[in-house]
Amino acid sequence: MTDTTSNGTMLSADGTPLKVSLARALRRQKIRALMLIAPLLIFVLVTFIVPIASMLFRSVENDIVSNTLPETVQTLAGWDHASGEAPDEAVYEAMYFDMFKAAEAKEHTKLGTRLNYENTGTSSLFRKSGRGLSKIGKTWQKPIESAAKPLKDGETWFAMMSGSGSNAVLEERRVLWQNLTGDPFKGEVGITLSDDMVAMLPKTAAAYADWAIFEALEEEKDISKRDPWEAVYTALGLDLMSQETQAAVASYSGTGAEELRAVIAALDTLPEADFKGAFIDMEDGWADPDVWRTILTYSPAYTSGYFLNAVDMKKSLDGFEARPENQQIYMTLFKRTIWMSIIITTSCILLGYPVAWLLANLPLRSANVLMILVLLPFWTSLLVRTSAWKVLLQDQGVINELLVWLGFVADANRLALMHNQTGTIIAMTHILLPFMILPLYSVMKTIPPTYLRAAKSLGATNWTAFWRVYFPQSVPGIGAGSILVFILAIGYYITPEIVGGTEGIFISNRIAYHISSSLNWGLAAALGSILLAVVLVLYWLYDRIVGIDNVKLGG
Amino acid sequence: MKTKSLLMTATALTVAAGAAVADDMTLVSWGGAYQASQTKAYAEPYIANNEGVTITWDESSAEAVAKLRAMNEAGNITWDVVDVVAADALRLCDEGLALELDADEQLAPAPDGTSASDDFGDLLVSDCFIPQIVYSTTFGYRTDMVPEGAGAPDDICDVFDLETYPGKRSLEKRPINNVEWALLCDGVAKDDVYDVLATEEGQERALAKLDTIKDSVIWWSAGADTPQLLADGEVFIGSTYNGRLFSAIEEQKQPIGMMWDAQVFDLDGWIIPAGLSAEREARALDFVYFATDTQRLADQAKYISYGPARASSAPLVGKHADLGIDMAPHMPTDPNNAKNTFLYNYEFWADYRDDIDAKFQAWLAQ
Repeated sequence: MTDTTSNGTMLSADGTPLKVSLARALRRQKIRALMLIAPLLIFVLVTFIVPIASMLFRSVENDIVSNTLPETVQTLAGWDHASGEAPDEAVYEAMYFDMFKAAEAKEHTKLGTRLNYENTGTSSLFRKSGRGLSKIGKTWQKPIESAAKPLKDGETWFAMMSGSGSNAVLEERRVLWQNLTGDPFKGEVGITLSDDMVAMLPKTAAAYADWAIFEALEEEKDISKRDPWEAVYTALGLDLMSQETQAAVASYSGTGAEELRAVIAALDTLPEADFKGAFIDMEDGWADPDVWRTILTYSPAYTSGYFLNAVDMKKSLDGFEARPENQQIYMTLFKRTIWMSIIITTSCILLGYPVAWLLANLPLRSANVLMILVLLPFWTSLLVRTSAWKVLLQDQGVINELLVWLGFVADANRLALMHNQTGTIIAMTHILLPFMILPLYSVMKTIPPTYLRAAKSLGATNWTAFWRVYFPQSVPGIGAGSILVFILAIGYYITPEIVGGTEGIFISNRIAYHISSSLNWGLAAALGSILLAVVLVLYWLYDRIVGIDNVKLGG
Repeated sequence: MKTKSLLMTATALTVAAGAAVADDMTLVSWGGAYQASQTKAYAEPYIANNEGVTITWDESSAEAVAKLRAMNEAGNITWDVVDVVAADALRLCDEGLALELDADEQLAPAPDGTSASDDFGDLLVSDCFIPQIVYSTTFGYRTDMVPEGAGAPDDICDVFDLETYPGKRSLEKRPINNVEWALLCDGVAKDDVYDVLATEEGQERALAKLDTIKDSVIWWSAGADTPQLLADGEVFIGSTYNGRLFSAIEEQKQPIGMMWDAQVFDLDGWIIPAGLSAEREARALDFVYFATDTQRLADQAKYISYGPARASSAPLVGKHADLGIDMAPHMPTDPNNAKNTFLYNYEFWADYRDDIDAKFQAWLAQ
């Protein structure tokens, strides 16, 4: 069916080169094969890879600081953090407006919790300050309202602020709200900010836009009838204090001109623009440069802070430093987890090998009974087995009672078999044993017994026959069992929690603690990522040394 | 038909909004005897009053904060009313995961007309939290293991006195309560404990005091551990929640005695997750209004020895439903038991929890 052209390429029946048509057929086959596994692939991707990846991503994600305090973070960049002094007024002013918004949207406490992981005391500092902010605002609102009564009314404000213009400020502020809350904030706010006003009263326009967006889209109110919040008055007061604005107001004749002039006339009744003082009055913590240093350290959208914490380091503005010794725990736990997992794997090999050998070599009937004995605990709940070990191992437990009764151990000196590493090793070895025995058994089953007989008939002793002939063939089973047991062991936390006491707990116990109790998911993700990396590195090493092709689960 | 519509109207009236109300709700609690007491005292009478309502229980309160946060991120909140300890309520409120309530408007007044906020008083520790019970973390000891010549332990410092009272102790595997007790027995006055604990030296001092008994301590992480350890004779004395000890002593007749000195009061109550649909929120509010009124809170004390959170419920506390014994002397708030008490300091621990916990865990691992 094929032809050869003059230059020697093979052609298929339809005239295309054979190579091309072959490749096409192969590709089609591959796609078909891929389609067959597609459901599984998509399932694994959606339910396993994506959630794990997004969880691990939290270990570097840190945009909460810049989203909650956008203007503060910008202003703070100019602060000399090495000076040992708290930043100057501009930072506190930015903080006031940022925090005011965050407090209205109830986002400030989230940031407080986040920063409290790095600097103790920030949580209550933020929580308490959230309540104090409207008090600061009131000190501006009251004199402004008494200087110009119509400014008490939302309608006056609405008339004054609306007009014709590009509304760019409104859209800018909308994006800030979106970043702050993660909500879409879509829809009509119901106002076009007058460009003249934006130029004349920039701070007021921004604060009014903030309020209008929140009031219209979050609270779903008609902003033309509602009174703005305190921060808008504060902004107006600040705006009117500038000479430039005063000049502009003098020549301004639109809506609200009279009121603005009235406020300017009464400027001496307004408080001084001293947000630094007001913040420190509210909570002493704001005078502490450490708080600001923490905010600055964690202001970038991505941070290495969680990973540094996970290896007992601390991120600082000049790089990183070791944590104080009385807070170092994670490296100890990582080392312990790996070391104990190796011990558990080794004891599984030592205990599992003879059992697997028996399983493979006993007559079928007795092998089946033995197999059931191996599998029975495998089918029992992990929790039940661990609790059973508790009953056996405790001071007044079965093993100690037996030893005391037999006279091996004095009643006063009972063995400490649990609430320590011994307990974890014993219980986990038992629980993981089937994962060693089953791969070993399936490999041993394929080693023909005739090899041993042949070795012996050629003069080998029992030991030589085993060590030189049988054992090398069973190594792939040991490899498979060890990988299974080790990787399972490294991630265990229920068993260490119950029988491990304080010396027998693993790194996973801390991960579980940070996920469910301290809610420091970033740190948990960093610890988890490191654990995953350790497993992958060990796997790679294993592949280099033993060769993953030598691992057999059966056949 | 008529009775049903009447009932529906009644429900609608109690619900301020008067809007449509969901019929199914999921309550989250701690399981065990505690949840059973809630079923008897709150859920069953509520269903009897509101025909057609079904209640599903979920025993996830221990992980409520983490799970609510995950649900919120996934945008699918499956719980309607959640039982949490006050510290967790504070955190949920901080994270915006729980609904803020106006106690006077959304909770029942006392029968004599006292407003809910006065009736609960200081126990309303957060805007999101509706207190239910006062429980305490206190000590139980084996009466048959008290050394001859020594009296029964009646002082918190007996826990630290290995000479008079040898044997193992069980303490919770976290710093909260343990460091306070340690400082108290290291000579710090009760009023100064948190000031001292806020300093580096104070924290080290507390750990140093705990160090004196470290080798004799079994650290527990589940409330059921200490009663079990006591029953097995594994420890001489151990801390746990007073209700657990009550059931070990009175229901299971174990040789255990109570040591109430320096017991730490804590609160447990309801929160409603933020972001429920209007119908579900209305149902949740209606349930909470009913379940935290004076009579209901007093009823719960028939089944478990935790004190009702309302002042007006205290005089209504009667006898245990099955055992027929008077419940008042078993309450942590009973004057005989509450001679020397601590109230869990929520603000302090919200700030210092991560810091002191890191030090505590590092100390444990040494």
